[in-house]
Amino acid sequence: MSTMAVPEVAVTAVDEGFWTRARKTGAVLLALGVLAVALFGALATGQQARFTLSETEGGAALAINGTVGAILFGLITAAAGAALLAGVPKRWSTVLLGVGLVGFVLSFLCWQVSAAPAGNNFMPLVNVVRNTFYLALPLIFGALAGVLCERSGVVNVAIEGQLLMGAFSGALFGSLSGSVWVGLVAAALGGAFISLLLAVFAIRYLVDQVVMGIVLNLLAVGVTGFLYERLMQTDATKYNSAPRFGNWEIPLLKDIPLIGPALFRSNLFLYLGLLLVLVIHIALFRTRWGLRTRSVGEHPTAADTLGVKVLRLRYRNVLMAGLVAGVGGASYTLALYSFTKNMIGGKGFIALAALIFGRWSPTGALLAALFFGFADQLATYLGAIGSSIPSQFLAMLPYLATILAVAGLVGKVRAPAADGKPYIKG
Amino acid sequence: MSNPNPVSGSPDKEPATEAQEAQSEARANPTAPAGDSERAVTATATKEPAAEPRPSLGRLFLDNLWAANTVTVTVLAVLLAMLVGAVLIIVSDPAVLATYGYITARPSDAINSSWTVVSEAYANLFKGAIFDPEASGFSAALSPISETLTYTAPLVFTGLSVALAFRGGLFNIGAQGQATIGVVLAAVAGFALPLPPGVHLIVALIAGAAGGALWGFIPGILKARTGAHEVINTIMLNYVAVYFLSWIIIQNGVQNPRRADAISKPVEASAQLPRLLGDNLRVHAGILLAVLATWFVAWLLNRSTLGFELRAVGENPDAARTAGISVTKTFVLVMVIAGVLAGLGGSNMVLGSTADALTPQVIAQIGFDGILVALLGRVKPWGVLMAALLFGALQAGGNRMQSYSGISLELVTVLQALIVIFIAAPALVKAIFQLRAARAARLQTSLAKGW
Repeated sequence: MSTMAVPEVAVTAVDEGFWTRARKTGAVLLALGVLAVALFGALATGQQARFTLSETEGGAALAINGTVGAILFGLITAAAGAALLAGVPKRWSTVLLGVGLVGFVLSFLCWQVSAAPAGNNFMPLVNVVRNTFYLALPLIFGALAGVLCERSGVVNVAIEGQLLMGAFSGALFGSLSGSVWVGLVAAALGGAFISLLLAVFAIRYLVDQVVMGIVLNLLAVGVTGFLYERLMQTDATKYNSAPRFGNWEIPLLKDIPLIGPALFRSNLFLYLGLLLVLVIHIALFRTRWGLRTRSVGEHPTAADTLGVKVLRLRYRNVLMAGLVAGVGGASYTLALYSFTKNMIGGKGFIALAALIFGRWSPTGALLAALFFGFADQLATYLGAIGSSIPSQFLAMLPYLATILAVAGLVGKVRAPAADGKPYIKG
Repeated sequence: MSNPNPVSGSPDKEPATEAQEAQSEARANPTAPAGDSERAVTATATKEPAAEPRPSLGRLFLDNLWAANTVTVTVLAVLLAMLVGAVLIIVSDPAVLATYGYITARPSDAINSSWTVVSEAYANLFKGAIFDPEASGFSAALSPISETLTYTAPLVFTGLSVALAFRGGLFNIGAQGQATIGVVLAAVAGFALPLPPGVHLIVALIAGAAGGALWGFIPGILKARTGAHEVINTIMLNYVAVYFLSWIIIQNGVQNPRRADAISKPVEASAQLPRLLGDNLRVHAGILLAVLATWFVAWLLNRSTLGFELRAVGENPDAARTAGISVTKTFVLVMVIAGVLAGLGGSNMVLGSTADALTPQVIAQIGFDGILVALLGRVKPWGVLMAALLFGALQAGGNRMQSYSGISLELVTVLQALIVIFIAAPALVKAIFQLRAARAARLQTSLAKGW
């Protein structure tokens, strides 16, 4: 039996000596930049890489020679890395990291777009931005549901189930009533139903919250799949033809170039999602409810001592999370597609990843969700232009990024201290 | 006395603390399972010398039957789940539902039609899983059992994988991913290597185990080195594995050249697990390996040094560290062994009779089902075997229920999830049925350590 005295679990990563976290990040960025210059620069062609500000090839565009672009943006990444490595004031490190990563992505895109078959050397930015947001939408709702739950100390692995139940219930009741609004309310309640089970079993019966989440996901898959086959497949017109929300154009805003057509001619769910991010962010960090939620998530005993009703607050937050996730599920069935079996297909788990990657904050979750949505959209785009990069590896990106984040390689990730711990008053 | 589960005949030793708890409780509540009656009676006799007249055997049995012990709670959980399942069957059948429209006028209609549809579904579930009285001939009579055992084998492996990690204080949600990598390597070894029969099978199994081990090692080492939570990492790795599978299937040399869809070359006969009861029945040697694995895990947990360290770390890592056990090393080892088990479970799916080539859905849900199996089996090896049998039977019966009664196979998923929900909250079952309190009904999943 070895009795080695290494710190067994390095919770506090003390940056010792020269190799601070910023320097390590800088070294990685520098390597990426050099890679981009050497590899992307060599592989890119002299074709113009055009980034059009429309949905098609035409119109105004930002264009750059492929090789030049790949090398230029690679150099920007390398420079950002070098600056971090040389040691800069702390407030600059996040900015530099962002600049470096964006440079890397742009360098990659210059290579891909310029190397695409003739006639495809363009990237329609309006499409890309719009689809990024659409693909990120269930992730945004799901991650917000996670924020509401986990900030108050209840682990929510059941996001997938909440989204699925919301999608199903929205489709079913929307079809039966013929009204989108009834469908929307039903979807929210469907998500809340899964949440209710989570809350009762986790808070009242003290079942392990991760266990409960996993089981609830399976339950949601089973129940919706069963009812789908029994009802929706046999009589799709009656049970699975929900009306859909149309696109609402916002005056003035819709005329902004690029962002206008991409974002402000969209359906209710996109506006609702972005609004919810804002509302929950303000509520969480600026209101009494938010302070209480955070204190219950960090130290429920202390909160209880100060008179906060810990269990009631947790019940309420978990139920609200279900409402939010249910609406997220409806963003599929009441806007885009009709219900199919297991249609969420793992988005709930990417939402969980976005929650963790965004460090349990609403705005962080939004950015993470957009990043994951962009990766998703990029995979589609590269598939369409016949890229040599297998789309499966791009699809892995969110998951790998989350593993790196959790392992502490990209900044520090810390969950609310009491997340997952049942509170027993006494 | 320490084993409240006479059905499983589990040789598991309870941890010392539980045994003490058991003794103190036995003193307060002198009851014992009927199967253990002799030992129980002597135990009570020594502990309470002539304090009160000994209750009769029958009385003991009845008392214990309605206490919230493991078996009773499990049986009641299954019953409750089937009850909810029956409600789902009824509400999803428009014809039956219509009879409820006039239930006040003629309640017999509603009751009769509900009873018909539900009883027919569950009868088919039974016939598909255990025994069909109308079947004639050796092969047909054994067919349900054969099907059940075929579905059971991989679940035993993934269930053991999750259970072992649980005992070491880790929640292995990654059995699905480990089984996925396992099935890829096992299949590739199964069709790419030119080896003689026997050797080929062993090499393929080892390849599958190695794949699972690698996929278990990653979260293990990350947990040990950086403290990254294994729940998050295993969830993420599950999806990485899924995409890896869908990528490798369509590569040259792996994809079946005669097919346009995503399917690999078939595994050669020399690498397939032999069938046990002739070619007509699907049951294969995987179930024997599963029993062997159960025995091995039971031995590992209860008799080996590693098992002791593992349980110590699982119970209290700080105490284990103080006692000189390397917690990091144990975390990594636990995850590697769990990965090996899940990898073998995955291999079963392609080397057995379920499939002979990789497809995107080749391992179905065995990893996630393994979590349920482990919980239902109370994270004990022989309990896992029993739980896997129940789940295998539900799967096999569900197939027949789908083809004969037209009840979607998804109902089985619902039943499985509900059973585990009720098991996980014994307090709920206790409250519904007004059971008396008893020891050991509590599910040992107090892993609540958060992220």
